[in-house]
Amino acid sequence: MAEAQISIQVKDLSKNMGPNHAIEGVSLSLEPGLLHGLIGPEGSGKTTLLRHLIGLLKPNHGKVIYLEDGKRVALEDVRPRMAYMPQMQSLYADLSISEHLDFFRDLYQIPIGVYTQRRKELLAVTRLGPFMNRPAGQLSGGMYKKLGLMCALLQSPNLVLLDEPTTGVDPISRREFWEMLYRLREEGILIVITTAYMDEAERCDRVHVMSLGRLLATGEPKEILRKEKVKSFEGLFLKHDVKGPARHQAVIQ
Amino acid sequence: MNKNDKEQNTSVWVKNLTVKFGSFTAVDHISFHVNSGEIFGFLGANGAGKTTTIRVLCGLLEPTSGEVRVAGLDPKKGLEAVKARVGYMSQKFTLYPDMTVDENLEFAAALHKIPSEVHKRRRAEGLEIIAFKAKTRQLVSELSGGTKQEVALVAALLHDPEILFLDEPTAGVSPVSRSRFWSIIRGLSHRGKTVFVTTHYMDEAENCGRIALMRDGRIVALDNPANLKKDTFPEPLYELTPRPGVKSDWLKNLRKDKAVLSVKPYGMRYHAIVSNARRWRELSRRMAGDFKARPIQPSLEDVFIRVVEGAK
Repeated sequence: MAEAQISIQVKDLSKNMGPNHAIEGVSLSLEPGLLHGLIGPEGSGKTTLLRHLIGLLKPNHGKVIYLEDGKRVALEDVRPRMAYMPQMQSLYADLSISEHLDFFRDLYQIPIGVYTQRRKELLAVTRLGPFMNRPAGQLSGGMYKKLGLMCALLQSPNLVLLDEPTTGVDPISRREFWEMLYRLREEGILIVITTAYMDEAERCDRVHVMSLGRLLATGEPKEILRKEKVKSFEGLFLKHDVKGPARHQAVIQ
Repeated sequence: MNKNDKEQNTSVWVKNLTVKFGSFTAVDHISFHVNSGEIFGFLGANGAGKTTTIRVLCGLLEPTSGEVRVAGLDPKKGLEAVKARVGYMSQKFTLYPDMTVDENLEFAAALHKIPSEVHKRRRAEGLEIIAFKAKTRQLVSELSGGTKQEVALVAALLHDPEILFLDEPTAGVSPVSRSRFWSIIRGLSHRGKTVFVTTHYMDEAENCGRIALMRDGRIVALDNPANLKKDTFPEPLYELTPRPGVKSDWLKNLRKDKAVLSVKPYGMRYHAIVSNARRWRELSRRMAGDFKARPIQPSLEDVFIRVVEGAK
């Protein structure tokens, strides 16, 4: 498929949002066809950064640049091909899984052939098949996440931004979900994901480690661990938490 | 007292519990017990019936059939008595974000009709257990995810329950906060509280005394972590680290070989189940340029995947 390749550059981005959520001087490059992981403890600014990438927030300083096949384009040009899944997805409590899929098919005007194929694929990954008629309001946390994920990926996006898509998702679905991400990557799609699972951080092509609204490290997972002289991202977190303020004790920085 | 010793040591007792929602069977004839003071892990895929079971045990849901005793009580004969003996932290966030820590705790105490001097004492104890250092006059929305969950735990402990039901207490919380939360759980168990916990983090499940693995409403395995590993993995398990610049087809070649049953990714590495030790030695020598292999003990994630997938 000769799909357009989208990349994003974040340049010296700062955002002041009161004491709790702030980003300071973050620059990073999100190349197409790669799986990018934004990782960091709670309150480190991952979600705030993600919201800048989809244009939900405007920075106080710095900018987000979108490139299509190397040429600069506006957010509006990219937006229709963006799939975004927020941490707290708003789904319709009284619509069933099946009704959600039909609704988003109509909303995105997905051709029936494409839809049928996609739906089958997504149901295989999420294992939600037996629960098709259950209303979203009665799904468990993990199942609700999976439904949100299916709705986000139903259209064929060029750019996928997922905020903690696997939190509360069981280990097997989590693995299958990652296989799906790898398949999307093969199609040249730019994927940005935030995660609290450190094994998932290791599975990204590029990792951007955030701490207190700043970028602590960026690069290939193996390289980051080598430079920081730690064996795992868990070790990296522990190392920096010792040095930093007692983040898990006090207010989000 | 006509209870025998065994019953006295049993905190939760379940026999042939079944819960149906219309034609859907969420929990299908499960039986198990939890010892007093035990950390009991309840694992399974999404939709396996974990939360439904917990809701029955907390007296929030009536079972379709089967027998349940919680702290020696039958929920059918009075829900209020059961509720007084159990603490429950649901997987959805249980504190009010626009109320302060103090207000949330006072509210929880009022719901359980706890006298104010008792509340004062338990509140202090609870905050000490979690080593709370932020201000209790702070809004809950200003706390980090990990601290919120710890405060929710304090709220669940205010009426001094014997049994705590924690439904995915650490979902989405950072690794540092997760390990903190679990040291608190271990402390509660040392004080004699029974902890019934669900999680999707398999490293956390290692802290459990025993684990029940659920699939499609049934318990498919129940034992301590060491036995679960031993029974699930009679074959050797190896961790493979790909060499730098390895050709992309190495994994395909490896999976094709009869020496291995399966190869699954774990972060940057892989776990391979070996079916034929001699063949494996030859294979790993032949492919030494592709990966480095070392024998490892299975983790609970290995167990989970094999048990839950293998049952298919």
